[in-house]
Amino acid sequence: MGMAIDVSVPGGMVLALLPELLLVGWMLVLLLAVAWRHKDEGDQQLAGQLALVGLVSTLLVVLWMWLRDAHAESLVGMIALDGFRYATSAIFLIGAILVVMLSLGYLGRESILTPEYYVLVLLATVGMLFMSSGADLIVIFLGLELMSVSIYVLAGIDRRSAFSAEAAVKYFLLGAFASGFFLYGVALLYGATGTTNLTQMHLQITSLGLETNLMLLCGIGLLLIGFGFKVAAVPFHMWAPDVYDGAPTPITAFMAAAVKAAAFAALIRVLLHALVASDVVWTEIVFWLSAITMIVGNLVALAQTQLKRMLAYSSIGHAGYILAAVASGSEEGAKAFVFYVLVYTLMTLGAFGVLAAIGRRGERDVRVDDLSGLGSRRPWMALAMTVFMLSLLGFPGTAGFIGKWLVLSSVVQADQVILAVLLVLASVVSAGYYLPVVMAMYMRPAAAEDSHSGAQLTGAARWVVGVAAVLLLLLGVWPNRAMDVAADGAEGLRPAPTRVFTD
Amino acid sequence: MPAVQQGPELLGSALAVSAILFSLGVAGVLLRRNAIVVFMCIELMLNAVNLSFIALAQQLGREGHVFVLFVMAVAAAEAAVGLAIIMAIYRHKQTVNLDKVNLLSG
Repeated sequence: MGMAIDVSVPGGMVLALLPELLLVGWMLVLLLAVAWRHKDEGDQQLAGQLALVGLVSTLLVVLWMWLRDAHAESLVGMIALDGFRYATSAIFLIGAILVVMLSLGYLGRESILTPEYYVLVLLATVGMLFMSSGADLIVIFLGLELMSVSIYVLAGIDRRSAFSAEAAVKYFLLGAFASGFFLYGVALLYGATGTTNLTQMHLQITSLGLETNLMLLCGIGLLLIGFGFKVAAVPFHMWAPDVYDGAPTPITAFMAAAVKAAAFAALIRVLLHALVASDVVWTEIVFWLSAITMIVGNLVALAQTQLKRMLAYSSIGHAGYILAAVASGSEEGAKAFVFYVLVYTLMTLGAFGVLAAIGRRGERDVRVDDLSGLGSRRPWMALAMTVFMLSLLGFPGTAGFIGKWLVLSSVVQADQVILAVLLVLASVVSAGYYLPVVMAMYMRPAAAEDSHSGAQLTGAARWVVGVAAVLLLLLGVWPNRAMDVAADGAEGLRPAPTRVFTD
Repeated sequence: MPAVQQGPELLGSALAVSAILFSLGVAGVLLRRNAIVVFMCIELMLNAVNLSFIALAQQLGREGHVFVLFVMAVAAAEAAVGLAIIMAIYRHKQTVNLDKVNLLSG
């Protein structure tokens, strides 16, 4: 059974929003703390540690609610209380925790002195939580904007770097542009169905037979354009490589992992929950988005020599894989999504963590060739990087393989064999840029006697990389428990088929 | 409230105007190169959507009105952050022409 929450009374509402309220409260405390102490690196460390405490306690609250199986008494509300919310919230929080841990050493090393950095990370995380918990388009929109506006600032947080400023301008203009499309889509959905609530929208569509209503279809199209920008799906991806390239590396990792995951979570909830009756239409569109994204992302990544840009394009390719799971339009696909996003968060943060340890001054000049000889000079770091690369590739024995296998099986179950074939082919192509990283580390001698002498994982970053690598291997050989959890996270997301099939 | 009674007619024209404004905004974002002008075009898109919401809310209920208020608040926050970011790029490049903002080449 579990804990039933009555959201119509204030106490119930507080309980339903407990993770978000806790994190917002803690963010305010942190804001006061950095307003009071922001003079030197010590103060910044303190801010980072406070942020960690807030994120970890919020994660514990989310897990507690999940274990107690907290659910709503009534069906219609603005806040969802289901496994999908808890699973995705936990993933965002894990991502944010790892990002803060990476930043603890990074900001000091790059002499970026802006303790408000951590406040913004917390705010962005609150936005993500709202995106996965919103059962109403108003809440999802506010979450999306809260997250995006915070990330615009974070992308440009290194004020002495022209690259960082340029990344911020590009991200801001294209992000706001995408918000416009998203919003127009919402307006048309509201116009077609008369509601912004996801559950009611589903009921309206099925009871009034609006499945192919023109206004609704235009709304779905615009919504997909908006989300397409946010998840960097081709052809809406042109901002992503530049922005990922110019932003400080921990923020790049945050954008590539958690921000993308949050946009996907909201997309899946809207499509599977509210618009499931029109799935014939949107699975077609998402199918094509996914196919082009996989192909373009992977092919362009092949041509990259800079490691950071290569990882940026690789993350576009991964958006294609996740879109394939979305295109399946089933709970099976949502389960694959939850598992894949967890794995993807770990491997992306890990890979960027290693990159941050190798590079200096924004890591823009680290080329794949610069990794030569890392295997003998820094064996543990090279081993971890190998795990991340193989997992990103989807090599058997790593968690990336299980994730891809789940996506594949959901795609095949939805009878989209072409997409499955493309996914496998794209993975084969991706070997062409992941394996050279491994080969450079182990098979080529170091360029000079003292190369990699500065490459050092310090303090918390060592934990991030180590834990991510170990978890990826563990989930690769022993995925059953995590798959059960993912299945629990996807359960009940798609409303029971009440509609009458006319075709 | 005469406006409500002539709803359907007015609704159609309001939605049409909103669609035109939105398209103008999109065209501006794609064609203009000055960051400030691009940003103004984005604001035009948001306000076009607001017009849609207001027009639809006449018949569909209060959610549309609520949405408009939220959109305005969000647009204000975006403007604050966006103008600061444009200031930051101006300090580095002494220009806000997007064609000249090309250190990172796609």
